[in-house]
Amino acid sequence: MRYLYYPGCSAEATGKAYDISTRALMGKLGVELVELDDWNCCGATSYFSVRELDSFAIAARNLAIAEKQGDEDLCVICNACYTTLAKTNRYMAESAEVREAVSGALGAVDRTYSGNKPVRHIMDVLVNDIGLEALGEKVTRRLTGLKVACYYGCQYSRPMGDFDDPEFPVTMDKFFQALGAEVITDFAGKAKCCGGMMMLTKEEGALRMCHELLKGAHDAGADVIVCACPLCEMNVEGYQPRVNKTFGTNFDMPVMYFTQLAGLAFGADPKQLAIDKQIVSCDRVVAAIPA
Amino acid sequence: MTELATTLEALAVHKQFCEDVLNMPGGEKIKICQQCGTCTGSCPTSYLMDWGPREIIAAFRAGMIDRVVKSNTIWLCTSCYSCTVRCPAGIKITDLMYELKRLAIKYDLAPKDGKAPAMTKYFIDSVHKHGRNHEVELMAKFMLTKDWGLPFKFAGTGLKLFTAGRLPLFAKNIRGRDELDKISAYLEAQEAKAQ
Ligand code: SF4
Ligand code: SF4
Repeated sequence: MRYLYYPGCSAEATGKAYDISTRALMGKLGVELVELDDWNCCGATSYFSVRELDSFAIAARNLAIAEKQGDEDLCVICNACYTTLAKTNRYMAESAEVREAVSGALGAVDRTYSGNKPVRHIMDVLVNDIGLEALGEKVTRRLTGLKVACYYGCQYSRPMGDFDDPEFPVTMDKFFQALGAEVITDFAGKAKCCGGMMMLTKEEGALRMCHELLKGAHDAGADVIVCACPLCEMNVEGYQPRVNKTFGTNFDMPVMYFTQLAGLAFGADPKQLAIDKQIVSCDRVVAAIPA
Repeated sequence: MTELATTLEALAVHKQFCEDVLNMPGGEKIKICQQCGTCTGSCPTSYLMDWGPREIIAAFRAGMIDRVVKSNTIWLCTSCYSCTVRCPAGIKITDLMYELKRLAIKYDLAPKDGKAPAMTKYFIDSVHKHGRNHEVELMAKFMLTKDWGLPFKFAGTGLKLFTAGRLPLFAKNIRGRDELDKISAYLEAQEAKAQ
């Protein structure tokens, strides 16, 4: 199995552990990831705020490269990158104006794109291409007894809804159940917003959102929150001290990229999964997994 | 901020603004908003907004562009898409918020001291310079110009991020970064031609 791989900008900085653990996890599963050559920023949500057609065109530069580089699907790990790239495909298909503008703009840099490169979220690849049964068989260290709150965030399945429900996604729950974990399936915050970039522009609003998420997971007895997006992870993990200070709480909740926890189940060691890069120590999570 | 009073020039901007919004993909659907309030009820930040998404649509349709662009609403949208997936009329409200931000910047109507417009601008600058967003540069610029207190609030976590290697100081440049400028230049030229 082989995929083209788009790590995204965060994977080079705050979300480095997501990239490292993704490569380790996929290696354990025998999936080859070929990094997209000379990829550029997808544009994320900021770019859409300035020039709509520009944002589609710069996202499409990546898709044009992908189409030229290979026939494999493009696997994406960051929710925001995933939505931006997948949305570009959808809008190119729906709107002649978008299609023409993007083709013209790519033509100006000697590139072409048909609009047809499948963009896949890594969780979609795991659950639907490899399959839960096969995954369950490959587990070497079952996550028995570990209470996991799966935090999907917004742009995992909204607005696309391509591989999971936009309001109540379940794929990550099923994934961790296959790995033997006890998943908090009714975690109310699972698809709520972490505040995103608002953490920098209107902190009190974003802190309130993170507080709600942490409280929900804590009250449900979670041992760990797992994320599928670098921005979600950064806000929920990195801002815990600020949440505690603002709301007089005492959260000390381990937060991991889902690929880190899954990597442990497939026999990778914590170092390979960059678990030491987390701000809230995950030692007790690692220790709680039966050998 | 530009005052949109009753000068002819302001009225022209006004008209262009409305046309631009209605011309975005799916924009004409704004006309069939039934004012049900599902968007505002679904919005995680509506409690902070001067006007909720439903009211912004009502104000826009009533031609109250001042209210639309001067409210904090558009800058508090986190792009969570909750409204978009629930709107019974199929209106892409998140896209509308993007469009309104975009036009507020384009016609110079965005609040000058706003943190969110500045963040947006720095982000784009970083992408054009390197081909990728360099998070550290973005945060540093933002702190220097908009939020001096940030390093202090964030000191403990920042240090941990730094020692964990999660805040690289140097940006990686992609080989094709001039392509992004060329893409923008092409689209700008097309737009100028159309107007
Ligand atoms: S949910 Fe849709 S129809 Fe209802 S008020 Fe909002 S935009 Fe209008
Ligand atoms: S996308 Fe924006 S306007 Fe819509 S619910 Fe989310 S924050 Fe509110």
